[in-house]
Amino acid sequence: MTVHRPAAGTLFDRGILQQAAIDAVRKLDPRRLVRNPVMFATAAVALAASILTARGGEHFGVMVQISAWLWITVLFANFAEAVAEGRGKAQAASLRRTRSETTAKRLAAAEAEDFEAVPASALRAGDLVACETGDIIPGDGDVISGIATVDESAITGESAPVIRESGGDRSAVTGGTRVVSDRIVVRITLDPGESFLDRMIALVEGAKRQKTPNEIALTILLVGMTLIFLIVVATLPVFASWSGTAVPAVFLAALFVTLIPTTIGGLLSAIGIAGMDRLVKFNVIAKSGRAVEAAGDIDVLLLDKTGTITLGARQAAEFLPLARVNERDLAEAAFLSSLADDTPEGKSIVALARTRYGLTGGGEGMHFVPFTAQTRMSGVDFAGSSIRKGAADAIRAGLEGGLSAASARELDHLVERVAKTGGTPLAVVRNGRPLGVIHLKDIIKPGIRDRFATLREMGIRTVMITGDNPLTAAAIAAEAGVDDFLAEATPERKLELIREYQQGGRLVAMCGDGSNDAPALAQADVGVAMNTGTQAAREAGNMVDLESDPTKLIEIVMIGKQLLMSRGALTTFSIANDVAKYFAIIPALFLASYPQLQALNVMGLASPQSAVLSAIVFNALIIVLLIPLALKGVRYRPAGAGTLLKRNLLVYGMGGLIAPFAGIKLIDLAVAALGLA
Amino acid sequence: MDANGILQILLYLAVIVALTPLAGGYMARLFEGRLTFLAWAERPIYRLCGTAPEREQHWSAYAFSLLAFNLVGTLAVYGLERLQVWLPLNPAGVGAVSPTIAFNTAVSFATNTNWQAYGGETAMSYLTQMAGLAVQNFVSAATGIAVAVALIRGFARHSAQTVGNFTVDLTRCVLYLLLPVAFLTALFLVWQGAPQNFDAYVPASTLEGVHQLIAQGPVASQEAIKQLGSNGGGFFNANSAHPFENPTPLTNLVEMTFLLLLAAGLTDTFGRMVGDRRQGWAIFAAMGLMFVVCVSLAAWAESQANPALTVAGMDSLVGNMEGKEVRFGIANSAIWATATTAASNGSVNAMHDSFMPLGGLVPLVDILLGEVIFGGVGAGLYGMLVFVVLAVFIAGLMVGRTPEYLGKKIEAREVKLAVLAILVTPLGVLGLGAISLLAGPEAIAAPGPHGLSELLYAYASATGNNGSAFAGFGAATPLNAILQGVAMVFGRFAVIVPVLAIAGSAAAKKTVPPSAGTLPTHGRLFVTLLIAVTVVVGGLTFFPALALGPVVEHLALFSGTLF
Repeated sequence: MTVHRPAAGTLFDRGILQQAAIDAVRKLDPRRLVRNPVMFATAAVALAASILTARGGEHFGVMVQISAWLWITVLFANFAEAVAEGRGKAQAASLRRTRSETTAKRLAAAEAEDFEAVPASALRAGDLVACETGDIIPGDGDVISGIATVDESAITGESAPVIRESGGDRSAVTGGTRVVSDRIVVRITLDPGESFLDRMIALVEGAKRQKTPNEIALTILLVGMTLIFLIVVATLPVFASWSGTAVPAVFLAALFVTLIPTTIGGLLSAIGIAGMDRLVKFNVIAKSGRAVEAAGDIDVLLLDKTGTITLGARQAAEFLPLARVNERDLAEAAFLSSLADDTPEGKSIVALARTRYGLTGGGEGMHFVPFTAQTRMSGVDFAGSSIRKGAADAIRAGLEGGLSAASARELDHLVERVAKTGGTPLAVVRNGRPLGVIHLKDIIKPGIRDRFATLREMGIRTVMITGDNPLTAAAIAAEAGVDDFLAEATPERKLELIREYQQGGRLVAMCGDGSNDAPALAQADVGVAMNTGTQAAREAGNMVDLESDPTKLIEIVMIGKQLLMSRGALTTFSIANDVAKYFAIIPALFLASYPQLQALNVMGLASPQSAVLSAIVFNALIIVLLIPLALKGVRYRPAGAGTLLKRNLLVYGMGGLIAPFAGIKLIDLAVAALGLA
Repeated sequence: MDANGILQILLYLAVIVALTPLAGGYMARLFEGRLTFLAWAERPIYRLCGTAPEREQHWSAYAFSLLAFNLVGTLAVYGLERLQVWLPLNPAGVGAVSPTIAFNTAVSFATNTNWQAYGGETAMSYLTQMAGLAVQNFVSAATGIAVAVALIRGFARHSAQTVGNFTVDLTRCVLYLLLPVAFLTALFLVWQGAPQNFDAYVPASTLEGVHQLIAQGPVASQEAIKQLGSNGGGFFNANSAHPFENPTPLTNLVEMTFLLLLAAGLTDTFGRMVGDRRQGWAIFAAMGLMFVVCVSLAAWAESQANPALTVAGMDSLVGNMEGKEVRFGIANSAIWATATTAASNGSVNAMHDSFMPLGGLVPLVDILLGEVIFGGVGAGLYGMLVFVVLAVFIAGLMVGRTPEYLGKKIEAREVKLAVLAILVTPLGVLGLGAISLLAGPEAIAAPGPHGLSELLYAYASATGNNGSAFAGFGAATPLNAILQGVAMVFGRFAVIVPVLAIAGSAAAKKTVPPSAGTLPTHGRLFVTLLIAVTVVVGGLTFFPALALGPVVEHLALFSGTLF
């Protein structure tokens, strides 16, 4: 499988940065700023400081610099958001390139041969279009007749073409993909501008981004902090007046802006956009930021057995002969009957027989009997022999004379033995005489056990969903290391299970592709629809996985967690920073009245003016320095909550406490060396 | 600090730790409705109030009942104060209280602050003291506990619409808890020598031949509830430094124990009612650790001698004994000062104004942290739980999950309410303090930074519903009497309403069972985090003001400058 993931090194693409610099200025529009209360307050204070500075006074040079840095703080925050959006737009543009204006062949009726050539943008939901070899499918829709192979690499990055046919679970097609062979008639399901691709583009561009619930809660906290510091700074000149100190208003403005959580306030929306972006890099499109956030909270993961936990195809593991039958005879019969069997199971039988018994080739004059839904068996006839293999009950029904009681009992015994270990038994008969059973085994995907262990560490319960009987399901569940399983699953049972978990307060994630998965996908808190799935499934889920790889749920959960962690870490960092800023600014403001306060100037800053300036410069620069962290997200390693908290508190709490002491001191040295204050 | 002092501090801590589960268990049984031995006394009260005791209230109805009850109580006290001159039980014949002081006092007792802008023995008749102030001492304490219990129920319940019935909670709290304990304590105090009578004041001549009027009255009964209900309003102006209020070292230990008993006990009540006692002990640990640090700092600071007095020839070994009772000494004065300000009580057995700058900083910091180091009865727990909500929110983000506490998701609504509650202290202390300073700087007696400390302390004490004071601040001026009254009402009810709203919204939520991804809220890590959040929020809010007050005063004192 070739998957085109954008290279990792594009964090700071020149073009994006240039565009972001321009956008940063554009975003000074108050109507946009007001969406971010902390930055709005900063801009308001910057404006007030500029006006005050313009009126002149003592320390004019420093006041000009402070006002400038207040504006720069706002610009840096805008820049952070613009970079995140720019990266999203770059991805959207690459998606959009695949959608150069196409001409659609609109049909009057499904059976009509004649078509009318119209631009794709003129298509409306309900229109019928024909797509033939080489055509680009003009819009999202369902195949209503025909079957075709479609190259979806433009969307999914997967180079192998996929089959799309009417009815069933493979009927959905996506606009912008190309028909490689054959002809299909597609009923367009969406109006232009609403198509899947359109929505993807809008989301990654950030145009339609709405604040997620958690982001709103955090914003409220940040507004609260801002209000507290507003009270602190606004009352400070009154208390200072008691000792006869007059504090320059511009210095107060600087104190206010350094105290309010500008770091997290400036990076908050960048973190959100980058979270969506990281999902897109994993080729998963979230339909809303809310879904990404919910992913971090998932407690229960429902996973389909086939294709997710086990490889799609089963493999022959052993030959189990009946008593008085030579194992080699059984193997040979199985081998011969499978030579022409193209299914993965058939191939695996041939491979096993070859490696175990060195069987080779077939002979001339072999007549193969293919599998049909009626007989439910396949086989071969040659040189007067007839070999059949199939499900045990089908084989027994096919035996004209029936079985002796002893053979029947023995066969049943073997079948049950295989089922108990999680395998699928395949009975083999030669000339009406049962030889034994082939044990077809579900192959657990390599490494999946470790992934489940990881999930357990993260506090997530895994549940395997399978249509198998409970016996088989239990065996596979044990082998794969899932926490629980749902056997003989039906769509209704699945939906019921999700509801049960949700009733108990759990958040459930699942993935699915079939139309019958749609209700469950809609019910789940995070429903990841496979891109190969039906339109109904893709509509019902709140994420779409372009690569159709169900194990990706694990990455989705991690990205969700990373998103929240980045917010928490930067909030902590932002608040911890305030301690150092106080130690820089408070002694500076009141040194004239109370020389004793020099004792609080632990950083030994050169002069009061230089101290205030250094603090505000540090405050602005830290936003830019943390942009990469906001975009990449805080590192997440699966671990218990306590371990994570301890590590993040240490790094971002203690780090946030210490870093500004060093940073402000360094800037102060530079300010003094350059003679800026 | 000598070994004896350390031993006394340790003894005090041991008593609190030992009594917490007892008080906590009793209150848990009380508020879960499992105690019924006084049902015969409850029923007539409910009938009189027209309350159906089994009908619970939505948080908003609970809040409405509470506010209405407190409004009526405030008006009643105001009426008594204004009319006392015509009412019985006024043998000393004290006159009507002035309108502003009457307002200030009525609000003060209804909000469990017990800030006293008057001298008890010269301003209030026995009737006002008993039917007005002492009654409010009971019901204001019960109000605080009721709010805490409603909040506990909010966290304990699952998809519920109601948080309890205010009338029932209040009645049961008074009947089963406050009245019996106060009664027994009053008897104990009488035995130890506190007066309990309605006699007129006794004239006496001292050895030096000075004529004195010895005040007395129903002291013991008010003393008991004053300590138990984190009220703090003394019968006498000198409060518990007065030998009639606090006659012996034994009464001193008992009164100090009662400073924290119910507030500490409620942490265990919380743990029991939410079904995980470790949660209660975690909060106790956070409060207790901060308390130990504060008490140690205060005791250390007070055992230092004032360098100015040492220069003047005082023995530096006794420490700073200015404004302290010799019978209590430094350790007991430091414990009391820390406990009374931590617990939002406000009674004193030594004068905080005479503490060393850092010693005086401790009570101030206790109050400025939002009265959450044990805090007022009920108020301390619900105040701390507000900080818990914030701590959990930030910590939850850092572990990558939507934050939750006791299975309740902390979302925008809870954060908003918690932020509203947190804003109250800075607004009350800094906002109203600044207005007072702008409008009437003459109220401040001491010049320089100490004067600012007095002002800050007064507004911190009012907003935090503490009631203790740095003497010297002219709180009785009409401006300050009114501003302080506003600070008290604001500091009390602007926190209670959001807290009850949190209770309602938590009760309505589903309880999410814990998983390995859930942040445990009973371990050392969480306790540390909770302390850090409390200290950081308080510290960041008040650092500049403190720097201009006690901090600069301390730095100046030890470099030889006095104010």
